[in-house]
Amino acid sequence: MATVTDERLFGKSIKRREDPRFITGQGRYVDDLKLPGMTYAAFVRSPNAHARIRRIDTAEAARHPGVVAIFTGQDMTGVNSLPCGWDLRKEKGVPGVIQDLAIVPHMPLSTDAARHVGDPVAVIIADSQDAALDAAEKVRLDWEVLAAVTATDKAAAPGAPVIHAGAPGNVAFQWEIGDAAATDAAFEQAAVTVKKRIVNQRLVANAMEPRACVARYEDATGELTLWVTSQNPHVHRLLMCAFVLGIPEHKVRVIAPDVGGGFGSKIFLYSEEVVCSWVSRRLKRPVRWTSTRHEAYLTDAHGRDHVTDAELALSKDGKMLGLRVRTTANLGAYLSTFAPAVPTFLYGTLLNGVYEIGAIHCHVSGVFTNTTAVDAYRGAGRPEACYVLERIVEAGALALRMDPIELRKKNFIPKFSGAHQTLVAVAYDSGDYPAATDKLLRIFDYKAFRAEQEAARKQGRLLGVGFSTYIEACSIAPSKVVGALGAGAGLYESAKVRVHPTGTVTVFTGSHSHGQGHETTFAQLVAHELGIPIEQVEIVHGDTGSIAFGMGTYGSRSGSVGGTAILMSLNKIKDKGRQIAAHLLEASPKDIEYSKGQFQVRGVPGKAVPFGAVALTAYVPHNYPEGLEPGLEETSFYDPSNFCFPFGAHACVVEVDRETGLVKVLRYVAVDDVGNVINPMIVDGMVHGGIAQGVGQALWEGAVYDERSGQLVTGTMTEYALPKADQLPMYETDRTVTPTPVNPLGVKGAGETGTIAATPAVVNAVVDALVPLGVDHFETMPLTPERVWNAIRRATTR
Amino acid sequence: MKLPVKMTINGQTYSHEVEPRLLLVHYIREVVGLTGTHIGCDTSQCGACTILMNGQAVKACTLFTVQADGAEFTTIEGMAKDGDLHPIQQGFWEKHGLQCGFCTPGMILAAYQILERYPNPTEEQIRHQLEGNLCRCTGYHNIVKAIQWAAEHMQGAAAKK
Repeated sequence: MATVTDERLFGKSIKRREDPRFITGQGRYVDDLKLPGMTYAAFVRSPNAHARIRRIDTAEAARHPGVVAIFTGQDMTGVNSLPCGWDLRKEKGVPGVIQDLAIVPHMPLSTDAARHVGDPVAVIIADSQDAALDAAEKVRLDWEVLAAVTATDKAAAPGAPVIHAGAPGNVAFQWEIGDAAATDAAFEQAAVTVKKRIVNQRLVANAMEPRACVARYEDATGELTLWVTSQNPHVHRLLMCAFVLGIPEHKVRVIAPDVGGGFGSKIFLYSEEVVCSWVSRRLKRPVRWTSTRHEAYLTDAHGRDHVTDAELALSKDGKMLGLRVRTTANLGAYLSTFAPAVPTFLYGTLLNGVYEIGAIHCHVSGVFTNTTAVDAYRGAGRPEACYVLERIVEAGALALRMDPIELRKKNFIPKFSGAHQTLVAVAYDSGDYPAATDKLLRIFDYKAFRAEQEAARKQGRLLGVGFSTYIEACSIAPSKVVGALGAGAGLYESAKVRVHPTGTVTVFTGSHSHGQGHETTFAQLVAHELGIPIEQVEIVHGDTGSIAFGMGTYGSRSGSVGGTAILMSLNKIKDKGRQIAAHLLEASPKDIEYSKGQFQVRGVPGKAVPFGAVALTAYVPHNYPEGLEPGLEETSFYDPSNFCFPFGAHACVVEVDRETGLVKVLRYVAVDDVGNVINPMIVDGMVHGGIAQGVGQALWEGAVYDERSGQLVTGTMTEYALPKADQLPMYETDRTVTPTPVNPLGVKGAGETGTIAATPAVVNAVVDALVPLGVDHFETMPLTPERVWNAIRRATTR
Repeated sequence: MKLPVKMTINGQTYSHEVEPRLLLVHYIREVVGLTGTHIGCDTSQCGACTILMNGQAVKACTLFTVQADGAEFTTIEGMAKDGDLHPIQQGFWEKHGLQCGFCTPGMILAAYQILERYPNPTEEQIRHQLEGNLCRCTGYHNIVKAIQWAAEHMQGAAAKK
């Protein structure tokens, strides 16, 4: 029988319950799975950026020993395009749209043309992985190589090669938000204006586990099981069944077991899992595919890739009068699952930042290029917005010769409770922006740093500090709101709480953990609420076969949306338990209160039944309330009423080597406000990882295409520079706590804050270090030694 | 053409006939069936497949299986003894040195080598020695702490002996 405890686990840094399997090599990832009769898939991919397919000759490959079958797109009759789940179209009345979204086809295996290097055109199925790979090399591609365009700012230029017949000029959509006329007027009144080209380069998520899938069709039952590296297995199932393959959803089970990181790249439905599922049904044998890292660079959805011209209008005493932003967003060759939402609703709506700005206008063009599709990568739109704003604010401070902190403080939205309506559609939930900055400055000791910097400069050393006072939107999202903005889905979350007869508990959540530690955090929440030991709580996630439904994990939504769904089910469990307890205690249900694992009669301390006894009674209902159903299990769907808006202030100190241009990060201080925190250790860990990714973007990372050939020249870990242990410092993290009123947990979301805040903090620090030499801006990241050295050289030899 | 190989992994002897091109990491995962050793890249950058070969850390993707003939290996599955976690494993748990867990086996075995070289390492030594192991989740902060924790506890254990 279950015991009770009065240990309060909400807010405690307990060790993670999932770790024992990971530290002993017993994690179960998709590629670990081996099934009897399993076949292996290898995809034949385009070596060219753009080509018209004439014929794909598979005859020689088919004769290779061990080959079971070869399929091209021509064979996949009755299969539809991969869907775009976010439809920005004016006929739907989506606000902000000024040119309809060009919905272009994206067949799992292309039949007419290859549109980027790595575009799959055929699949080899063989008895071994080696045989499949060997045979793939024997496929002859008879096709006409076409001119290609990869650069964001050249995609829509006159004469650029057209990538889709349905998207003339390669423009996918045009979209705007804010008030153009008011913004123009603000600029006319400005004492000072600054204008900068701000490029947010293309990134690759690089989750350490490459994507993989195993599809198994069982002929006798007609059931298909797909194990896939997914952040949202129900979304995968829905999109694949209803839109692409046209197979019944109830005959398909999607399992996302242990998944080795996602960062957005495992949200989307990809060709490979669709093809493997289709092939397994056709061959009636299991099929496994695991991406190589090179394939990951070529096919995992990329992130960012914006070219922006930003302008800030200021009064002479530093009030922000107007912000004008014009962005071209590279969407790649196809529309990935949520691609249109990222550079629009997740970007333009964050441009108000934490500031009072007189007027804002933002225009975005989404363009197609012969590159890998771009979609959400950690932060998704919000890092791009934060980067534009925090860079242009810094440029404004330089133009005014004002301290960057002073300029920010002059413009902060004051502390508020209740909603704060921005100029870009969203209303913030709760915030105290000056408090986070004040705390940061205390920890960082700003005055002392400026003195140290001054002394260092006298010795010829280039020290700099950069700040970023950010806001982000997470806990996505109210279904009604996102539906009005073009989303094809609701963004609620589900949770089923099953209390077993002995009083132990299993929670089935639609959230998915791929590093976030849900098995710990959610169990803490349950143990805390029910007053039972955490050992008696199990969290199940990632399996459509056992979980009602789920929208999955991205957009820092699991704690706030998934957690609230769990809380709702726990409340229903307590309500039913109260009725059972009232019957057992011969009291009225309204007199029963639940405390420390017991149902007790209010004001009569000795008159109580423990949680476990109530659970047993629910399943052995001999002495039971009339008319009440047996059993103790409740399901809830929680749909948030608003986004949540975490915020904070980060500071980064760098030293630049004048001779080599090498930037060294000396110190990093972060004060974040993510609302209430269930497990501080886990939240700190996510902030650390986010900072590393943000620093990575600022200094090292970037996907580069060769404009002439259209080849991805950063196609392996040799060329794409991921952050390493010896390049990063220990991070100093702290928090302010402003609970959100949006959900009863007061939790905002913590998965993306570090990535959003860190990039501008680092770049601002490098600029601050170089200001004495006359460098005031970098158009393009990453700030590699070469780029920094050239900037120094240009500035000092002018 | 297949060649015979014989090796010891976690104290157990394995003999197979393998293709000369078969990488050791594929042998361990697919033939032997020990899936704790992971593959995160194809260019020997990520270190997820780090194991111990005759007591030295190696990336299992840098060896052909036939080159491993006669050698003795420890993989992540062989780190805990009689159900007791190795102090490095314990350190990763205590200090939250992992999130998704995918790089973790390689990190733990790389840490083993670091602590063999530097029983009392500085932060700088740890970071420098970890340069060949990539983690995308933790930003390395807690991995460094985990190895520091392990160093302290291994020193403590050594002092008691």
